[in-house]
This record gives sequence, C-alpha cells and structure tokens, in this order.
Amino acid sequence: MSDPFLIGREMTGGYGKGPDILHDCTIGVEKGEIAVIVGPNGAGKSTAMKAVFGMLDVRSGAVMLDGEDITALTPQARVRKGMGFVPQTSNIFTSMTVEENLEMGAFIRTDEIKHTMEQVYELFPILRDKRNQAAGELSGGQRQQVAVGRALMTQPTVLMLDEPTAGVSPIVMDELFDRIIEVARTGISILMVEQNARQALEIADKGYVLVQGRNAFTDTGQALLNDPEVRKSFLGG
Amino acid sequence: MGDQFLFAIEVMINGLMAGVLYALVALGFVLIFKASGIFNYAQGVMALFAALTLVGIMEGQVPFSHLINAIFGTKIHHFGWEVPAILAILLTMMIMVFFAWAVNHFVMRHLVNQEPIILFMATIGLAYFLEGVGDLMWGSEIKTLDVGLPQGGSFWIEDMTAGLGSDNFFGFFIDKLDMVATVIAAILVVGLVVFAQYTKQGRAMRAVADDHQAALSVGISLNYIWVLVWSLAGFVALVAGIMWGAKSGVQFSLSLIALKALPVLMLGGFTSIPGAIVGGLIIGVGEKIFEFTVGAAIGGATENWFAYMLALLFLVFRPQGLFGEKIIERV
Ligand SMILES: Nc1ncnc2c1ncn2[C@@H]1O[C@H](COP(=O)(O)OP(=O)(O)OP(=O)(O)O)[C@@H](O)[C@H]1O
Ligand SMILES: [Mg+2]
Repeated sequence: MSDPFLIGREMTGGYGKGPDILHDCTIGVEKGEIAVIVGPNGAGKSTAMKAVFGMLDVRSGAVMLDGEDITALTPQARVRKGMGFVPQTSNIFTSMTVEENLEMGAFIRTDEIKHTMEQVYELFPILRDKRNQAAGELSGGQRQQVAVGRALMTQPTVLMLDEPTAGVSPIVMDELFDRIIEVARTGISILMVEQNARQALEIADKGYVLVQGRNAFTDTGQALLNDPEVRKSFLGG
Repeated sequence: MGDQFLFAIEVMINGLMAGVLYALVALGFVLIFKASGIFNYAQGVMALFAALTLVGIMEGQVPFSHLINAIFGTKIHHFGWEVPAILAILLTMMIMVFFAWAVNHFVMRHLVNQEPIILFMATIGLAYFLEGVGDLMWGSEIKTLDVGLPQGGSFWIEDMTAGLGSDNFFGFFIDKLDMVATVIAAILVVGLVVFAQYTKQGRAMRAVADDHQAALSVGISLNYIWVLVWSLAGFVALVAGIMWGAKSGVQFSLSLIALKALPVLMLGGFTSIPGAIVGGLIIGVGEKIFEFTVGAAIGGATENWFAYMLALLFLVFRPQGLFGEKIIERV
C-alpha cells in the first residue's frame, strides 16, 4: 500500500536538547479523509502534531507530504506546501480584529483573498458579525472558529487541528464537528487531536491512540470504537 | 503675560525637545521587546556605535587602524577622502542591518525559548562587545559629528516672541537642532506606525509580537522578523545617535542615554509605541519643569534623578505603565 497523503513516520524526538517525548510515533491522514489522534493528557499528541508541522526537530523518522520528504523544511515552507496548522494554545492574534486574523491567515498568498474570506464567513457566520472586534475579546468557541477559519485562509490541502473543541460546550462541539466534516468534504485532509475521543472517532476515517509518545492502537475510527480494550482504557467503558 | 510664565513655557518647549530624544531611544527598546520579548540592554550602545561608524565613514577613517598599525607597524589613519553625509548614513544603515543579522544568526537564534533573564544577559554581553568593537574600529577619542543639521538658537523665533513679555524678556530661545530633531523624530514615528499598520512586513511584525506560535502557523518566518526588528531598532539608534552626537559630540557617554530610556519605558509601558513617545515627552518636560520650579529651591541637579523618582512612583501605582498591557495573566 502506498503512503498516506501526509504522514509523520516513526518519529522520535523532543523539545530542544531535552529528552525524547516521541518514540517511533506514526500519525498520518489520507487525501480528503479525517484522521483523529486521541490519548491521555501528556501522551505527546500535541508534540506529534508540532513534529509533523516542523516546529521541533525529529531525531529519526520522516515527514512525507504527497510522496515528498519534507522532514527538513521549516514551518513556513510547509505552509507554502499546503499545510495548515491550528495549535492547541495561542492560535489566534488576540490584539487584531477577527478580519485581520483572517487576512493574516492569508499571509503567504498574493492573489485575491475575498472569495476565501467569504467562504470562511459562510462556514462560521458568527465571525462575520464579529469581524471588527478584537479576537482577544471573543469567547472560547468563537476563538476556535477564528483559528480554524484563519487556517483555511491559506487554502490548505491538509489541515492539522490540535483540540479544536477545547473548552467549548457540547452543542458548539457538535457544530464544530459538522463544520470540520464539511471542510473535509471539499477535499481537504484533516488530521486532528481530540479530547472528546468517542465523538471524534465517530467521524474519523482513521484513529490513532497515543500513550507515552508511542502508538498504542491504530485502526479505522469504527474499529477503535468497537475494540473492547480501547473502550475500557480510553473511552470510559 | 508675566515673564515668569513665559520662562516656564520656554523651559517646557526645550523639555519637549529633550523628550523627543528619550522617546527615540525608548522606541528602539519597544520594537525589539514587542517582537521578541527581549529587553535589549544594548540599545544605547547601538546608538553610540552607529554614530561612531557614521563619523568614521564620513571622515574616511580606516577601521581598526590602531590594530592594523600595532600588528604591521604601519601608521595609517585615514584613507584621505571624505564621504558625503547622505552616502555615509546609507552605508552606516547597511552596517546596522548586517549587525542585526549577525546578532540574530550568532546569538539570539540559539537562545529561542530561553528565560527572559538569559536573553537580557545576552544583550548585556552584546552591549560590551559592541562597545569594544566600536572602540577598536574607530578609536575612543571624542568626535564631532556634523551631518549638516542647523545649529544654534533660532533668531527668528526669538524676534517673533520677544514682544510677548516685558523689556527683560528677549523672546524664546530654541535650538534649531532641537527643532529639526523633533521634526525628524515625528516623521520617523509616523513612518514606523504606517509601516506596522499597512505593509505586509509590518503586519507580520505585529503578528509575531502578538503570538509567536500563531505567527509560525500562518507561514511567517520568525528569523526574518527578528532581523527586521533589530534592523529597525538599529535605524532608530542611528537617528538618535545622529541627534545626540550633533548636540554633544560622539563619545562613550552616549551609550548612557539608554539609562534615561528605562524610566521612559516604565512610564509608557514596555510594549507600546505611543507609550514610548508620550513617556519620553513627559520625562523630558517633567524634568525641565521640575528643575525650573523645585530645583532652584533645593539646590538644583534634579535632572539626574527626577526621571527615576517618577518611574518609581509609576512602578508602585501603575506597574504596567500608561499604555502597557495589564501584567495580569488571563486565566
Ligand atoms: N514546549 C515544551 N518544552 C518541553 N517539554 C514540553 C513542551 N511541551 C510539552 N512538553 C512535554 O511533552 C510531553 C507531552 O506533551 P504534549 O503537549 O505533547 O501532550 P498532549 O498529549 O498534547 O497532552 P494534552 O492532552 O494535555 O494536550 C509532556 O511531558 C510535556 O511536559
Ligand atoms: Mg496537547
């Protein structure tokens, strides 16, 4: 079988000169699919995402995008290759307005961005109403929408989301998941970390369970949901 | 109008002009601090180094001539040409950009994610290093800097305002250099604000100031932005160095203006460009007025400590400064 569209393969590494956090960890996503990473706090989910985005050096392993080895590229070079990333924390520009955030999202683009912004406003109507408000004044759920919208502004081919539903109510979470599915239907691959494992795996084509920087289970979302061991340890029975 | 009142106004105007220089130096601090969280202790020395380099280039001095003479037993000092001020300023600016690149490439890049105190100490090292290099390159004697800015009091203003008071009042004495400095500083500030607000690079700079990680994730190169802000700070240092040098000669005490910028920052807030300007003006005017009113009564020389007293009061009652963001972490 050929490689997935985006894959961080057997990555080992950590922060700076510190100890390894990831140990032969593999995560990836097929074109137009949704892949979900779950696992306990501190498992290294965010670290794995940052490694795929190039924010920390991997000591061994490789990151491949569409068959090309991008392990040595800087994050800004990866953005130009079509990767969008929404970090778990500090993912918006708080002193800028919502609209300026979206414009910043299109930083690397030189063509007309009006159309893409219109699409983002259609996806997240609340952002249109708040477009002249400082992003730092928004609620948690609205901030996440700004962050995801901002990432879409680059017109990425693959979108990496680190806990996009952190700190939002169950209703808003369902909303956000619906939006994410909508985005995936347009052909954008989605690689996302989720705390709400059960709901996330339900919409996932592929799931990864990480424990202590290692792959504990890897399967389709449905298979993981049905796996008694995964249910017992990670889905609360 | 009473003469006393007119004198007070004159003092105030002159204070404003001194304040402009404080503001310029403080501005250099704010630029770097906002974008990288580094408190650049070397900002004052950068102004000194820029001024030294400018004089050296204009007078056709051979850089490192002492060193060269000591090693090879030669006796060279000057190339024997003079470089026009404009060209020399451009060359100096190029050197400041190179300096910005070198600082980032050899020092700051390796200290990413370090504690602020470590970054601060690195800039202390940088300050002494740069002072040493400046000394070695251009020699340590006091130099005069004349880039053709007007000097001396303005007779026009004196004549125009002489009629305001009694026969004992001879009109406002205002230094032409101060006026030019004010205009240039104002242009510089407006230019920086326009740059930050409306250009792509300026916006990227603001984005980095807002959040490093978010900036990375939209494809901004942090290294590029850091070289950019250090270059801008170098440019601001050059302008401040020219003003100060034209006023009091280029000498190593110039690097001490950085110490005056500290209270300005405490007043204005470390992250606010308008704060640096307003803080500079308040301290410039404040210390002159204080000297004029209270200083005479208590023996003078209040200008040495007034700024720090004011800053201390601010530290106690409004630690984030006039314009700074609240130093309370959002929870
Ligand atoms: N910037 C950092 N520098 C050094 N160590 C870090 C850094 N960020 C995280 N770590 C360490 O890496 C390990 C994994 O953290 P990581 O953030 O990847 O976990 P996570 O699975 O995303 O957890 P959570 O569910 O809480 O978001 C932890 O032990 C953490 O202390
Ligand atoms: Mg995490």
